[in-house]
Amino acid sequence: MLRRVDAAQALADLTEISSQVVQVAIADADGQVLASTIDDPGRAERFVAGVRELLDDAERLGQSRGLPGVAQLEAATLEGSIFVVRREGRLVAATTRPDPTVGLVFYDLKHCLRSIEDAPAKPAARPRTRRKAADASS
Amino acid sequence: MPPRKLLTGVMLAAGSLAGSVLYRRRAARRLERVDLYADDGSMASLADGSPDADRLLNVARDLLIAAG
Repeated sequence: MLRRVDAAQALADLTEISSQVVQVAIADADGQVLASTIDDPGRAERFVAGVRELLDDAERLGQSRGLPGVAQLEAATLEGSIFVVRREGRLVAATTRPDPTVGLVFYDLKHCLRSIEDAPAKPAARPRTRRKAADASS
Repeated sequence: MPPRKLLTGVMLAAGSLAGSVLYRRRAARRLERVDLYADDGSMASLADGSPDADRLLNVARDLLIAAG
């Protein structure tokens, strides 16, 4: 059974089980970084912005080739690969060294996304009522 | 060493070198690609050399540098 965890824990689990990923970032639908192995927050945000650009381009190309929607992609270069998986508004992107085991990396990234629980909704703040002095005195 | 043997040796070495370079180039071309997967299991592969793949691969290279 899948244990539901937050993004930081899912990231920690992913980097522990997958020896192939080098850097990983998890982001929400708005591109906000939920967790990342990239230490510098600015660099992590730029990485996620680039991943979204890659996904947008891939989506357009996929549609022109009859794909109903890009759910995951691998861009393999001589310097390494970029893997992106998106599901229910979230995405996880990872870099690997050249010639990774593609199926394993996709499996680990999908598992990572599935394991992230929805952030618990904050309880609605109770309206603060101030008792008037008149009420208090009565 | 007789000149004929020397010439044969040089030609063999040059041929091996050229073959090795060609093999590496072909292997590199096979390595660089973008694979797109849809939810329904369908997939499209963009090979290096096409303008579409080149654009995506350039973004991917920038990302690899950005990620460090």
